[in-house]
Amino acid sequence: MLTVSNLQKTYGSGDQAVEAIRDLTLTVDKGEFVCIVGPSGAGKSTMLKCLCGLLQPSSGTVTLNGVPLNGPPKEIASVFQDYSRSLMPWFTVRRNVGLPLRNRHRSAADRAARVATALEAVGLTSFGGRYPWQLSGGMQQRVAIARGLAYAPEILLLDEPFASVDAQTRADLEDLILRVRDDTGVTMLLVTHDIDEAVYLADRVVVMSARPSVVLDTVEVDLPRPRDQVTTKQLPRFAELRAQVLTLIRRPAHHDSTPDHHSKIGERR
Amino acid sequence: MRIYLRLLLPVLLVVGWWTTSAGSTSPFYPPLRDVLAAFGESWLFARLGSDLVPSVTRLLVGLLIATLVGIVIGVALGRSRLLARALNPVVQFCRSIPGTALVPVSVVLFGIGDGSKILVIAFVCLFPVLLSTLDAVRGIDPELEDVARSYRLTRAQRLAFVLLPAAAPQIFAGIRTALGIAFIMMVVTELYVASNGVGFVTLSARNSFDVPQMWAGTVLLGLLGVTLSALFLVLQRRVLRWHIRMTERN
Repeated sequence: MLTVSNLQKTYGSGDQAVEAIRDLTLTVDKGEFVCIVGPSGAGKSTMLKCLCGLLQPSSGTVTLNGVPLNGPPKEIASVFQDYSRSLMPWFTVRRNVGLPLRNRHRSAADRAARVATALEAVGLTSFGGRYPWQLSGGMQQRVAIARGLAYAPEILLLDEPFASVDAQTRADLEDLILRVRDDTGVTMLLVTHDIDEAVYLADRVVVMSARPSVVLDTVEVDLPRPRDQVTTKQLPRFAELRAQVLTLIRRPAHHDSTPDHHSKIGERR
Repeated sequence: MRIYLRLLLPVLLVVGWWTTSAGSTSPFYPPLRDVLAAFGESWLFARLGSDLVPSVTRLLVGLLIATLVGIVIGVALGRSRLLARALNPVVQFCRSIPGTALVPVSVVLFGIGDGSKILVIAFVCLFPVLLSTLDAVRGIDPELEDVARSYRLTRAQRLAFVLLPAAAPQIFAGIRTALGIAFIMMVVTELYVASNGVGFVTLSARNSFDVPQMWAGTVLLGLLGVTLSALFLVLQRRVLRWHIRMTERN
């Protein structure tokens, strides 16, 4: 269980201080799929970096299973937004996925087996010997997901993982993530600016305001599982939930009433 | 077809040299025939072991030391702004000294043996490697470092699997520059004072008015330079295969 209470993060100091996150409190239970939506530039990446231990919050706490984070924990794996920058171009797909396992599994055979399982889970079994730059964007992001899965985390953090792939690939990757979650039971925390995506994937959607971010509200998603790109999105309940999230995001935050500060929110038709 | 194109100009130049020098009576521009005779006499293969091997060994040892030390210091300075700021004046000063000016100093301090020559070669070659490593390490994508940290790679793993591979293309460019400089310094150290080496033989030939021998030594140096450069490219292609194939794609 991941607990975030009153997280606040300011960059710099004095006149140059930029407050990225003002007040963030949320809990992610074991096995839950939580999506965090907020406009572009809402400090979402900053927040994820705090949650995975890469950044130290200015105040507030992040605890994992009751233990405060002190650096990146071994229970959390991250999938970064830009696959072209997060994979090592000098390693093959197999070595990319296997790299984080070196400290966990002494035996090379054991590592190879885990890598093979992870690649199978994302449908890249026959691409282990390729280099990332030989693959399409969607496939590269699947490599990054496989790397996260091979790490066998309790929680997989995904930072706008499908932001730079085309719409069809995006839908495929969304379904891939849902299937992986069903198969492994791993807790998912996914950040996105896409409301449809958040509602489609999540058990719960946490809505963040623009910078400096606060949690505007949390929406429980009671859509039936398994979800389906066509039938789930046809349900009247899907439209209701989508409207509910959108309304929250459109409503000015309490601390800031600038009229256009949510203008970058992604709406997908 | 391409091979003919490549060979065209060299062949023309050799033919031109042969014909213009064939009837030459100038002692300083001997017929190419005599130069080739001297070349065969000295370098195929009488002096190969006694002079070519020592020269090339000093060059390679000096370059190897420069590469290792340059990468270590370059990585350290690239990682620590503080260290870089503290050492920058010294680095700038040392790299500004013309390598040739260091030869007399080195002879006075360390004598005329191999050690002294290797030291000069290593010192002068250090800076291209150091500065390109420093630049490469500073330019590494912070996203990769986040990946490495979030997956809890150890310091040594980050160095071996992230930092050095990412910096490798630029480091190789630095070594390539250093190779050219090492070659110059190899000859210069032998011209000043030496008891063997290609540069030494060439200079001795001039001093004893054995002009064809002097020309032969110069030709050998040209051939040696081309060979070393080609061998280095083979090594680079092997190590940076991923990088070459990736850039060819884009």
